[in-house]
Amino acid sequence: MALVTTTKGEMDETLLEKREGSLDNDNESTTWVEYWLDGELVHRSAHVALKKNVSSAVEAASFN
Amino acid sequence: MANTQAMTTSFMGELMTATHNFGTAPVRGTSATDSFKAALYLTTATYNASTTAYSATGEVSGTNYTAGGVAVTFGTPPTATNSSTTAGVAFVTPSASITYTTVTLATAFDAVLIYNSTQSNKAVSVHTFGSQTITAGTFTLTMPSNTTSTALIRLATT
Repeated sequence: MALVTTTKGEMDETLLEKREGSLDNDNESTTWVEYWLDGELVHRSAHVALKKNVSSAVEAASFN
Repeated sequence: MANTQAMTTSFMGELMTATHNFGTAPVRGTSATDSFKAALYLTTATYNASTTAYSATGEVSGTNYTAGGVAVTFGTPPTATNSSTTAGVAFVTPSASITYTTVTLATAFDAVLIYNSTQSNKAVSVHTFGSQTITAGTFTLTMPSNTTSTALIRLATT
C-alpha cells in the first residue's frame, strides 16, 4: 500500500485519482504528478530539470 | 611563437573564488566557501539581470516554505578550462538538486534566485521555468551537468 501526502494527511494511493504530465523544451524537462479526491486536488509535486545555463561573456580589450 | 591577446581562463576561474579585487572587497573572516541559497518567485515578480540581492518581495509563501528558500550545495569548486589560445570557460554548478519538501505553494511561480547568504544575500543568478504550483508535495530543481557547455553558471571568452 503506497501512501501519498495530501492536504488531508497521508492517504492510500488507491483511493485517489492520479494524473501525470510532462513538458520538454530547450529550457527544461519537467514532470508533475497530481492526486485528486472527489474532484479536489489534494497533492501536486513537480520536478524541473534545468537545461539552460546562464552564461556571461568576458573580454580583454585591445590597445589598437 | 607569438603572443595572443586574451583574457586568461585562470582569471575567470579565480573570479569565481574571489581571488582578485579591483575595488573594495568584503572583509572575509575565513577562506571557506560561502553559503548560497535558492528562493522561489511568483510569476508576477520581476527578477532579472538587474537584481542585486535577495528580496522577499514577490517571493512565494506557503506551508513549509521558509522565506529565503533553501540551501544550495556547491560541492565541486569552479573549474576553468581553455578551449584555445584565446578562449576558455570557467564554470560551476550546484552539486545537488534543490528541493522544497512537502510544501504547498498555491500561487504560480516560475523562477528561482540563487544568492550568496554569506555576502549580504548578494544575487548570483536567476533561472526561469514553466509556471508551477505545488500542493502538499515536493518541488525539485535538478541541475544540468557540470561541463564546459552545460554548467549552470558560466563565464566564457570566445
